Amino acid sequence: MAQPQADHADVKLTLLQHIANLRAWLFLAFLIVGFELWSYLDFGGTFVFNPYNVQSIAIYAVVPLLIATGQTYVIISGGIDLSMGFIMGLAAVVAAHVINWAGPIMGLPMAVLLGLLVSVLVAGIPGLVNGLLISRLRVPPFIGTLGMFGVARGVAFLLAGGTTVPVKNEFFSALGNGKLWNIPYIVIIAAVFVLLMNYLLSQTRFGQHNYAIGANEQAARRAGIDIRGHILKLYILSGMCAGLAGFIYAARFSAGAAQAGEPLLLDSVAAVVIGGASLFGGSGTILGTVAGALVIAVIQYGLVFINVKPFWQFISVGVVIIISVLIDQAQRQFGGGRQSE
Amino acid sequence: MSETLLEVRNLSKNFGAVQALADLSMKVSAGEVVALAGDNGAGKTTLIKAISGVYKPSGGEILLRGEPVHFNSPQEAREKGIETIYQDLALADNLSIGANIFLGREPMRKAFGFIPVLDRRKMAEAAKSTMALLDFHVSRMDAPVSNFSGGQRQAVAIGRAVYWNAQLLIMDEPTAALGVPEQRKVISLIHQLKAQGRGVIFISHNLQDIFAVSDRIVVLRRGVQAGERRIADTTHDEVVRLMVGG
Repeated sequence: MAQPQADHADVKLTLLQHIANLRAWLFLAFLIVGFELWSYLDFGGTFVFNPYNVQSIAIYAVVPLLIATGQTYVIISGGIDLSMGFIMGLAAVVAAHVINWAGPIMGLPMAVLLGLLVSVLVAGIPGLVNGLLISRLRVPPFIGTLGMFGVARGVAFLLAGGTTVPVKNEFFSALGNGKLWNIPYIVIIAAVFVLLMNYLLSQTRFGQHNYAIGANEQAARRAGIDIRGHILKLYILSGMCAGLAGFIYAARFSAGAAQAGEPLLLDSVAAVVIGGASLFGGSGTILGTVAGALVIAVIQYGLVFINVKPFWQFISVGVVIIISVLIDQAQRQFGGGRQSE
Repeated sequence: MSETLLEVRNLSKNFGAVQALADLSMKVSAGEVVALAGDNGAGKTTLIKAISGVYKPSGGEILLRGEPVHFNSPQEAREKGIETIYQDLALADNLSIGANIFLGREPMRKAFGFIPVLDRRKMAEAAKSTMALLDFHVSRMDAPVSNFSGGQRQAVAIGRAVYWNAQLLIMDEPTAALGVPEQRKVISLIHQLKAQGRGVIFISHNLQDIFAVSDRIVVLRRGVQAGERRIADTTHDEVVRLMVGG
């Protein structure tokens, strides 16, 4: 009889894995130092020690970050939600209409609350359809949500009558532009929401199953996880994140615009990828996505601040995405991961 | 002879006009390793899928400790202590050993007395003690299983079955994708399962592995039993003859 031999498996993270895990924060530090140096050498000013800059970047990052948190869940599960940008636009238009309609009836604050509820719930509907298409009818997420991208876009423009819908509600604009101890309300709302989403992803069964489905759907099914139910909830969640983003957008600009989220969709995917998630599914964190969203916001704001032609924004964000994915690939290849065994 | 764990009586299964399994009978006792051998299409996979609740048999009976059982799903078979370990392992590579063992049945605790959170410590401790039963010692329980070798991951899959108290383990080609040292590791794991009084059905193409670990061998050919031998009383040549016929 073969004598069982003891097996002592020891696992050490390689340097490359550490770098890969922290890459978004490293990018962020690198960018901030870079802009600081540039502003000092160019005009003797400061970039990051100027509170106005910090506040502007934070405000600028809020709406893309809200979309990106939902996108993080979807990408970890191995899917993608392309419809989030126009769901956000749809929610912004719905919020504007509801708040305008309800203001005279129930008072300004209640109207805003109703606007929040209705816009987030309405945003859940395209999410529900996405979820049904993907989980029940086995439509690939890329195609299903691309279809919903078109539907949400059309409905949003129809509801908006092809133009921007202005909102007249002082309470709403105070919410979008006011501050508490010098911190904008919308930044506080985003921070609380991000913490909740981080809790849901890292501390609950829902989050755990999300990672498992993204890594090995068959394993998750054999373990008795209700995959169809999970996917359905997942896309409703991402739709609702886009809904909240639309509501905040409308508060900030006192207007609902159907096209508001159009450029934010790809920014949100970029934030998730820079934040360390793999588009193959199974990895990623909310805190990484926060760093990713800040990287994009710092690039976009910083380049304007140092007075570079705005088109450089596209180039820089693109380069950061590519570097980020290259680090991810390198880690897979050399970093002890045995995915392809 | 110890208690009979599983008995299959005159089991048959057809898919339309195709008879995949005909009138097959076999037994597995507690603490016994039974190898299933046969060419591709001989009916091995159909047999284990019928036992583990994936397929409903077209005829015949399955008895667990003398009681007839009818499984409508693999979950039902698992609840009765029949666990199948598939060739592709069914692990989530990005999760830790503990998270894999508890996948779908994660324990929760209350943080600050009211916030429900995953009980990672319980998962890690259960993983540690279960894996120690299989003589597998890991210092970092939070490392994802993708960091481990093929044989070690096989041990994790077996560990999951052991933790949930599986009495009968069905292993489909557990050594097929592994290097030689890793194959030895799996063979020694099977010896430990046997020593713990569990029954094992072991499918393999590798006669060396079969002879190293099994007590009996059941050979299938085109859906019928071509022969059954005690390992001690047979030879490679005889088994091959049974497999190919003639």
